[in-house]
Amino acid sequence: MTPPLLQARALSKHYPVGRGAMLHAVDAVDLAIAPGECVGLVGESGCGKSTLVRLLARLIDPTSGSVLLEGQDIAAVSQAKFVTTPQRSRIQVVFQDPSESLNPAFRVFQSIADPLKRLLGLRDKAKLAMLVHRAADLVGLPRELIERYPHQLSGGQRARVGIARAIAVEPSLLILDEPTSALDVSVQAVILRLLADLRTRLGMSYLFVSHDLNVVRLLCSRIVVMYVGRVVEAAPTETLFTAPRHPYTRALIAAIPDPARRGETRPRLDGSPSSPVDPDPNTCRFYGRCLRGADRCATEMPALRPFGEAHLAACHFA
Amino acid sequence: MSATTLARNVGHAFGQNRLTLVAVAILLLLLLCAAFGQQIAPYDPLMTNGGAKLLAPDAAHLFGTDALGRDILSRVIVAARLDLGMAISAVVLSFLGGLALGAVAGYFGGWSDRIIGRGMDTIMAFPLFVLAMGIVAALGNSVLNIIIATMIINLPFYCRFARGEVNVRREMGYVEAARMGGNRSLPVLVHHIIPNILPPMMVQASLNMGWAILNAAGLSFIGLGVRPPTPEWGIMVSEGASFIISGEWWTFVFPGAALVLAVFCFNLLGDGMRDLLDPRQRI
Amino acid sequence: MTAQLLIEDLSLVFRTRHGMVRALEDVSLSVERGEIVGVVGESGSGKSVMAYAVMGLQDPASQVLGGRIMFGGLDMLRASEAALAEMRGRELAMIFQSPRTALNPIRKVGRQIADILRQHTTSRRGDLRKHAIDALARVRIPDPARRCEAYPFELSGGMCQRVMIAMALACSPSLLIADEPTTGLDVTTQAVIMDLIREMSRDARMSTLLITHDLGLAGEYCDRIAVMHAGHVVEVAPIEELLSRPAHPYTRQLLAATPTSRSTVEELVSIPGQLPDLRRELPACRFSERCERHVGTCDERPLPWTKLSPTHMVRCRVPL
Repeated sequence: MTPPLLQARALSKHYPVGRGAMLHAVDAVDLAIAPGECVGLVGESGCGKSTLVRLLARLIDPTSGSVLLEGQDIAAVSQAKFVTTPQRSRIQVVFQDPSESLNPAFRVFQSIADPLKRLLGLRDKAKLAMLVHRAADLVGLPRELIERYPHQLSGGQRARVGIARAIAVEPSLLILDEPTSALDVSVQAVILRLLADLRTRLGMSYLFVSHDLNVVRLLCSRIVVMYVGRVVEAAPTETLFTAPRHPYTRALIAAIPDPARRGETRPRLDGSPSSPVDPDPNTCRFYGRCLRGADRCATEMPALRPFGEAHLAACHFA
Repeated sequence: MSATTLARNVGHAFGQNRLTLVAVAILLLLLLCAAFGQQIAPYDPLMTNGGAKLLAPDAAHLFGTDALGRDILSRVIVAARLDLGMAISAVVLSFLGGLALGAVAGYFGGWSDRIIGRGMDTIMAFPLFVLAMGIVAALGNSVLNIIIATMIINLPFYCRFARGEVNVRREMGYVEAARMGGNRSLPVLVHHIIPNILPPMMVQASLNMGWAILNAAGLSFIGLGVRPPTPEWGIMVSEGASFIISGEWWTFVFPGAALVLAVFCFNLLGDGMRDLLDPRQRI
Repeated sequence: MTAQLLIEDLSLVFRTRHGMVRALEDVSLSVERGEIVGVVGESGSGKSVMAYAVMGLQDPASQVLGGRIMFGGLDMLRASEAALAEMRGRELAMIFQSPRTALNPIRKVGRQIADILRQHTTSRRGDLRKHAIDALARVRIPDPARRCEAYPFELSGGMCQRVMIAMALACSPSLLIADEPTTGLDVTTQAVIMDLIREMSRDARMSTLLITHDLGLAGEYCDRIAVMHAGHVVEVAPIEELLSRPAHPYTRQLLAATPTSRSTVEELVSIPGQLPDLRRELPACRFSERCERHVGTCDERPLPWTKLSPTHMVRCRVPL
């Protein structure tokens, strides 16, 4: 049993929102990513996945809990200090919206070279150029584009630059936050194939965040579902799609548009998620919106229980 | 940017806009006057001539003479150095100061933002010109103090602007990427964010220059800072103002026109500067 | 002529600083009464431009070069502004992407619905609020009386979209144009909204033009689909036929590039090349530069329509 590359334990992030109230953006999340694994993270907007990404990437500090990178708790230092530790280069992020994630004042070369200079301390111009070119070649970015500015590149090219920048320092874990949602379908296909190829070639682990379940299904071997700050289900990909246990996951899967199921009226999940501000610690967050719902759901918060091979779900009736 | 790309971009930016070329031409003329005023001026600007008082413009004196017989053209030319010098110094100082304070307040927020904000609010609480007058009066009547006073009252303008621009960019993807890339807070601010806010700030600076010229001239107009017989546009307009009724218009029109020309030139330059510095327009 | 909406040979250009953008060329499409037609295409395909042209809301910088849009006996391209304003809201309605930004942020939701009713119906002032509440109830917004008093920022994205649908349907239009109505919404909300649109359209026999980049979505909800590429309509077919027997090379590649529940990463096909620059002179078929089936005759004008069946048409000289 290989130890996980990254392990989050009871990770929480609470924000004060005035008058003593706290917004539970992420609540007691446990998550493990093995070396070389691709884990998908899905959930509605507001479920906390962006906050979780920022916690794992150490862009923000958690309120409580730990983040273990190969056994070492990187959440123990503040994020300002973490920037200067050698572990900083082990976790990198590819951001959504390539138009905002590249510095408009930097040429492509500079954008890719900057982390190499800061994290690896490279000063030698020739070595720097070699590594930048290597990263550009890996993502299929033509050499002549390296001297361009972001506004002179297409959406797909900018996406490649964002990936090149992240992999240039050879991270062990790459967190991808909706990397293709701003791209056209044809460009998305190229980028997804590139990402799959890179993972096997460079031996990285991925945490792939997306709202598009079909995309997540393509690349990930395991999927984690979040709802209002908590993990509600985690399972191998095919199991999640064919035999989901949590009612929310079921509704999510049923909502994916499917031409093969034209004209079928399926039960739909209506309403909005419950408020993440000062939630009742004893009530299931899905209670009220769930089609089921017993008294037990309101008095006892369901814990993540195992259901067979690596399958966890937090529901009393799963 | 390398020298060749800089030259190419300058040519491109200015080629796009004819008015900018006009503004540059005027600026060069003004800078010429400022640098070589003493050499260009046909007469000694300080030399009085009792017999040639208040002569209307003619072949000998293109701008006429003033109440003490001094050639106005020479005085207008030589004054360029002082007026431009005061304005440029004040603008550069307040630009740098405002940029630093505003960027820190906008990026770090919290206490730094509160303290800097209150400081700027204190300055802005006064009618700015009155505050400038007060500062010059307190520190003493000199050109240096005019520069300091102009700089202080101009500070909040840049500070607020920088703060706003930094605030907008603070949450953008590339800033987070910079932090992921091993940059600590100050390098992120200086190397990653500030290069992006410089173009809009430079545009502001250029427009602000016109205001600074008028401000310095205004203080001289009411008798602060520059003392006679030093040639300076504001003081010349002040001296000429007494002749509005009696009709010796050349005593105030020409220095006034010089002020107008200078302000006009800097306002036009604002756009050209932005095109030059905006990375999106770069080739 | 039974078609509710008929677009014939519409050609439209934009005059910009960087040249003339040939946004639409010879676009033809019809929508029958009660059917949901999907217009599918990537960015730059011209689908939104076409939708706005139908509403008579073209960009002032655009110029119609030819063609007509027949709706309710009126040519929407040549009608007077007064006639168009009369149509919009009453017979013809549109819902947009980003619902929260499409609503007036400083006006209560109920008032916005009442505005439309006041303009196009003869309801009495006193009845307006009641009709607005009814409109919200029809789109199944819980507690409609209270929601009428809400501002858009107080409502979720899904709710705002429902409000927009309520506004669009307030006067029971005969044609609804939905421009990417669920982009940016969660998949669960998307399903509810699309179910609602489908139900409304069946109940009122309302025609719907659904503009989307999501083939999967179009696949589940549309009766017929028109595929657009770089300002051309390249294929029109009933949905089952389009998905199982696509005739245009672009359609086939688009389907192959779209992840479905059954695809693998290796199977995912990318389309070579990029969208052609619409500012320059373009060949007769705008897909020819990226097409592996390209032959010499593809460049001959005019590019004809090939009728594969009474309902399936493709604009290609070498259809699959």
